[in-house]
Amino acid sequence: MMEDVTMHLPSGVALGRRREGARDRLYARLARGTVAARSAVRSAGWSLASLAIVLGVWQLVCLTVSRDFPSPMASLRVALTLLSGAFVRVDGVPGIGLQALASMRRIAVGFSLSAAVAIPAGVLIGANPTIRRLFDPIVQVLRPVSPLVWFPLALVAFKNLGGVSSSTVFTIFVTSLWPTLINTAVGVSSLPTDYRIVAKVFRFSRWRYLRRVLLPHALPYVLTGLRLSMGTAWLVIVAAEMLSGDMGIGFFAWDSYNAGSYEKMIAAVVVIGGIGLALDRGFDALYRRVDHQGGSR
Amino acid sequence: MTTFAPEREASVRTSGWTEPYVHIDGVSKAFRMGQETSVAVSDVSLRIRHGEFVAFIGHSGCGKSTVLNMVAGVYPPSAGIVRVDGKPVTGPGPDRAMVFQSYSLLPWLTVEENVFEAVDAVLANQMPMRDKRARAERFLRMVGLWEHRRKRPAEISGGMRQRTAIARAFAVQPEVLLLDEPFGALDALTKGTLHDELLALWRSDGRRQTILMVTHDIDEAVYLADRVVVMTDGPAATIREVIPVPLSRPREKRAVMHDPRTLDIKERLLSLLQGSPAENAH
Repeated sequence: MMEDVTMHLPSGVALGRRREGARDRLYARLARGTVAARSAVRSAGWSLASLAIVLGVWQLVCLTVSRDFPSPMASLRVALTLLSGAFVRVDGVPGIGLQALASMRRIAVGFSLSAAVAIPAGVLIGANPTIRRLFDPIVQVLRPVSPLVWFPLALVAFKNLGGVSSSTVFTIFVTSLWPTLINTAVGVSSLPTDYRIVAKVFRFSRWRYLRRVLLPHALPYVLTGLRLSMGTAWLVIVAAEMLSGDMGIGFFAWDSYNAGSYEKMIAAVVVIGGIGLALDRGFDALYRRVDHQGGSR
Repeated sequence: MTTFAPEREASVRTSGWTEPYVHIDGVSKAFRMGQETSVAVSDVSLRIRHGEFVAFIGHSGCGKSTVLNMVAGVYPPSAGIVRVDGKPVTGPGPDRAMVFQSYSLLPWLTVEENVFEAVDAVLANQMPMRDKRARAERFLRMVGLWEHRRKRPAEISGGMRQRTAIARAFAVQPEVLLLDEPFGALDALTKGTLHDELLALWRSDGRRQTILMVTHDIDEAVYLADRVVVMTDGPAATIREVIPVPLSRPREKRAVMHDPRTLDIKERLLSLLQGSPAENAH
């Protein structure tokens, strides 16, 4: 770019349209690159700062309030040994990574089932006022029911159908239904009238209306719902595994507590938090891709 | 057309008409807002012949868009009836394509997809896919957007968005085109270009379409329309006067501008619009 002497001329004077376009694109790319790099550095700085606050408070608690509480350094040491054997079994005991994978597998099943039910149900409820009036009370009653209640209920219901492991999955399924269902319904019912008229004027078939109008509009809402549901599922799995005593990261935390190894518990907390963060970021990235409100993708 | 009263039929003949294509007959519209009912449009009657371009002009809130929406079938009149080609309007349909001030393009589709989806939906089984693609291309080329076909509405200017919407409307070969302040959000230069593009598109189709346009721009109304319908101010707006624009087509902007008849018509429109107390309403 440096030897391009025409660079400083006002646009369109010396450069052909095509070259001007190429130049603009290059500038835009350079600018984007710089901005991206700068913002990456900045956000890393913020992350470090917040980590420092957590560690500081933690250390302070250890030094003052509770001397039994494992210190950050002691926890780090234990965490490193746990992580080094994360995916192997020692004396038949699965490592922390395997425990986390077991939890994630359960979530994958429960969450997928719940999405498969909640999205179509949300579309129906959002699109049809009669269905909405019929189902709204049911949703509002069931939504605040705690996973701690769903789990024993499921145990009874699934006594002969896989018992404990089905109950954990069912608890995940039920508790992660609501955010997706409600957000999908809101997305569908918020379709601007203009788009509905367009679909009518051009006589869109039901299928085309769904595929080209309703679902693209509702998609960002659906993803927000899924993101919230995933957060709920991840919260609930830990509680459910504590109750079920099955393998999994929640069970691991509870088991470590019972064994008196609090450093292991803290390692489990960090793993739970880390995976939760990663899942959330994943959904956020997906959301950015489909958010048409923001204009160009 | 046997439903018309005889004396009306006679008056139609004396004004040199054949049968009306769009017939707005004693149409009123009241909207319910909570407890209150407000009458937006009261007793509007108009006969529009096939291939005619009629502009509705009036102050904002005078119910001109309400009339257009009833022709579109977006909502039914509270009283009276709208007929198109002798058949009562019961809902929206591709025989009456609409162009809105807000463009109403689907933001997640590209320019090309916006036009193609409409063509594909309206002409579902009437022609092979290849021909539908070609049709979308033809209309996009006519409005100079073929190069931009892969862009999304958010990536193009307001003028380009409205071109896309106009291309979409023409591409489904409607009998009637309903334009609701289509150029209201555009700057003067873009507006001028789009006027000519609209007339060119219409002409290229043999001026087959009957066009109803809502506007608040006097110059625009006179340049484009065969007749200008001046509405009274709302509530309960109705037709104040219908002014014919007897300028020959094809029209050329400068020639129209300097034509003494244009000046007379504009003078007349201006006095009709200023004579109403709307200025105080703002």
